[in-house]
Amino acid sequence: MDFSFSEEQSMLRDTVASYLQDKYDFETRRKAIRSESGWRPEVWKAFAEELGILGAPFSEEHGGLGGGAIDNMIVMEEFGKALVVEPYLSTVVIGGGFMKHSSYAGAGEVIGRIIEGGAVISFAYAEPQGRYNLADLKTTAKKDGGGWVLNGQKAVVIGAPWATHLIVTARTGGAQRDAGGVGVFLIEKGLLGVATRDYPTVDGQRASEVSFENVSVPASALISEDGLALVEKVTDEAIAALCAEAVGVQRKLHEGTLEYTRQRKQFGVPIASFQVLQHRMVDMFMAMEQAVSMTYMATIKLTESDAERAKAISAAKVQVGRSNKFIGQNAIQLFGGMGMTDEVSIGHYFKRATMIEGQFGSVDHHLKRYEDLSFGVAA
Amino acid sequence: MNLDFSPEEAAFRDEVRRFIAENYPPHLRGKQEEGEELAKDDFLLWHRILAKQGWVAPSWPKSLGGTGWTPTQKYIWSEEQARAETIPILPFGIGMVSPVIMAFGDDEQKAKFLPATYNGDIWWCQGYSEPGAGSDLAGLSTRAERIKGDDDKEYYLVNGQKTWTTLAQYADWGFFLVRTDPTAKKQEGISFLLIDMKTPGVTVRPLITIDGGHEVNEVFLENVKVPVENRVGDENKGWTCAKFLLAHERSGIAGVARSKRGIERLREIASTELADDGGKLIDDPIFKRKVAELEIDLAALEYTELRTLAGESAGKGPGVESSLLKIKGTEVGQRLTELVLEAAGHYGAPYFRGFPAEGGNALPIGPEFAHRAAPTYFNMRKTSIFGGSNEIQRNIIAKMVLGL
Repeated sequence: MDFSFSEEQSMLRDTVASYLQDKYDFETRRKAIRSESGWRPEVWKAFAEELGILGAPFSEEHGGLGGGAIDNMIVMEEFGKALVVEPYLSTVVIGGGFMKHSSYAGAGEVIGRIIEGGAVISFAYAEPQGRYNLADLKTTAKKDGGGWVLNGQKAVVIGAPWATHLIVTARTGGAQRDAGGVGVFLIEKGLLGVATRDYPTVDGQRASEVSFENVSVPASALISEDGLALVEKVTDEAIAALCAEAVGVQRKLHEGTLEYTRQRKQFGVPIASFQVLQHRMVDMFMAMEQAVSMTYMATIKLTESDAERAKAISAAKVQVGRSNKFIGQNAIQLFGGMGMTDEVSIGHYFKRATMIEGQFGSVDHHLKRYEDLSFGVAA
Repeated sequence: MNLDFSPEEAAFRDEVRRFIAENYPPHLRGKQEEGEELAKDDFLLWHRILAKQGWVAPSWPKSLGGTGWTPTQKYIWSEEQARAETIPILPFGIGMVSPVIMAFGDDEQKAKFLPATYNGDIWWCQGYSEPGAGSDLAGLSTRAERIKGDDDKEYYLVNGQKTWTTLAQYADWGFFLVRTDPTAKKQEGISFLLIDMKTPGVTVRPLITIDGGHEVNEVFLENVKVPVENRVGDENKGWTCAKFLLAHERSGIAGVARSKRGIERLREIASTELADDGGKLIDDPIFKRKVAELEIDLAALEYTELRTLAGESAGKGPGVESSLLKIKGTEVGQRLTELVLEAAGHYGAPYFRGFPAEGGNALPIGPEFAHRAAPTYFNMRKTSIFGGSNEIQRNIIAKMVLGL
C-alpha cells in the first residue's frame, strides 16, 4: 500500500500551485468572474502552453504528459484552493474521458486540440425534469440520412458560455428513463439550431440553458449510440475530480478558520482559546481528513469493475458532500459577521462548497446509489 | 392543560386574518413573489397602514398606541402575519429603541420620538456592534467626549465605527452605544445616544453579503456633534438600556410562524419537483423523511414557545428560555433553506441578482422558487451569528439556567 506521490506528480502540484499563487489571487479572480466573459482565456492559454497541464491525464502518444486520474486529482485540488473557474473538469476530465474510453474515431485529434487549448468542452447532460438521473432524457437524437437530428433542452450546462464544443446526451431509442438508448454526441456549439441562454452561477462560474431545435449533426458526431455505461464511467471520473476540488476548498475553509480565530480577539483573548470552538475546529478537521481519504480511495478505484467503481465514487461523494456542508457552515459561523461579507474570501469558498454538494448528484442521490449497489435494488 | 384557542381568540384570529386579506397592498405581494428587493417606501407602506389601524405596536402601553392584546392575541397576530407572508415590521424602532425610551427617556424624548416612530416617520438603525466588539459587545470603543459647542451648549463629540448596521442606508436616526468613561470597568463607562444620521461626520458604507444583497452597513462616526439631551438614561448607564433592549430583541426570535409557512411552501415545491425516478420529490422516501424530521423539530419549538407564552400570561415575563428559542428557531429556519436548495437540484446554481429575469424569446431558467434558493440559504447563515451568536446563547443557558 502506498499513498505517496511520484516525483512527476509532486512537480505537477508545485507547478500548478505556484502559477495560481502568482496569477489567481482572490481579488484578481473576483474581477475576472465579474467581467463580461466571466473567465480569463489567457489563463487557459497558459494552462496549455506555459504549464502544459491540459495534457496531464493523456498518454504521451496523444501528446499528453502520460498521467491519469491521480494527476487530475492533483490539478483539481489545487484549483479548489484558488477557486479556479476555468473549465478543466468539463474539458479535460469529461471531454477527455469520453475520448479515452470510447472508440470515437476522431478521439486522437480532439485530444490534441484539448491539450493545445483550442477545444473547450462543456457537458450538456442534465435536463430540467431529470434531477440527477443521467438516463432521464427528453432530448432526442433521430437518424436522418447519414447523420442525426437533435431536439430538446439541457439545464445548467456549466462552462457552456466558454465552450467551443458540447458533449450532449440524447435518446437514440427507448423511453424517457430507460437505461438503453442513451446516445452521446460531440458537437460544435455554433451549429444551426443550437440556442443558448448564458448566466452566472452563485459560485462565480458561468452556465447556459441550451436548446436544440432540429439540429443536424453528422454521423461523425456520434460517440456512442447506446452509451449509458460510458456516461456513468466518465461522470464517475468527473466526480472523483470534483471531490479533489472539494478537498482543496475544504483545506482553505479549515485553514482560514484557524487563522481567523487565532487573531480575532473577544473578551480579551483570541476566540481560538475557547474550548467549544476548538472542538468545533477539530470536528472540521476530522471531516476534512475523512473527505481526503475517500477522495484518494475513489480515485484509485476508478479502474475497478463498473459496480466497484460506482460504489466507491458514490461513497466518496456522500462523505465529501457532508464534509463540505459541515466545514462550510462552521467556517462561516466561526468567522461571524466577517464570514457573511462578499469582501472576504471565506464566503466564496463556502459558496463553491455548497454548489459542489449538488453537482453530479446530491448526498441523497449517492446514498441511494450506494445502497442499490451494496444491498441490491429493492423490487 | 388546554391547547385550544377560546371562542374569543378564534374570533380574533378571523378578524385579523380578514384585515390582512383586505388591506395588504397587492403590489407588495407581487414584489415579494418576484423576489424583488424591497425599497424603503415598501417597508413603510405596510407600517403606515398598520399604524392607522392601531396595530403597528401591539406591545406598547395602550396609552401610547398599544393594542392591549393578551400574549395569546399577540401570538395569533404574529402567526397570521407570517401566514399571509406580510412584510415584517422592522424591529429597530417599534420593538427596540421605543421600549428603551419609554423606560429610561425623559418627557421631551418621549414626545419627540415615540409618535413619529409609531407613525413610520422615523426609520431607526442600531449602532451596537463594532469591528472589535461583536459577541463581546461591552468591549466597544466608540468614544463620546463632552465638549462645549460654539453656541455654549453641551455636546458629545463622537468618534468611532459601527458595523453590521442593518438597513442604515435608509435610517433617519440611530441609537448608539458609546463609551463615555474609558477609565471605568467596561460595562460601566457606556452611554446610550440617539444620533441624527444626517449629522455631519456620519458616513454609511454598504457591506455586500455573500448572497449579493445590501442589508448591512458600516457606519463611520467622525467628530459627530451630538447634543447631550439626545442621551437616554444616565451617563455611563447605557449598558442597562442595552441589556433591557436585548431582552426585547429576543421575543419572537423563534420565528415559528414564518417557519411553518416555509414548510408549507417546501411541501408545495416538493409536490411539483420531480425525484430521480420521475415521481414527485415529496414521495421520495429520503426527502420526505427529512421534511418530517423538520416538522417535528418545529413542533417541539412551537410548543416550547407556547409554554413560554403561557408563562408570560401568568405574569412570569420572558426569561432565559428566549435563548433556547433563538437557538432552535434559527436552526429550524436554516434547515428549511437547506431543504429548499436541495429541492432546486441543478437550478440552485443560476444567479439572478442584477440579471434580466426574462428576455424576449429567452429560454426559461428553472422554476421560480429556485431563483432565490441559494441566496436565501447563504443569507440565513447570519441568523445563528447575529443577535448574540448561538454560542453566546448557549453560554447564557449554561450560566443562567443550569447554574454552571
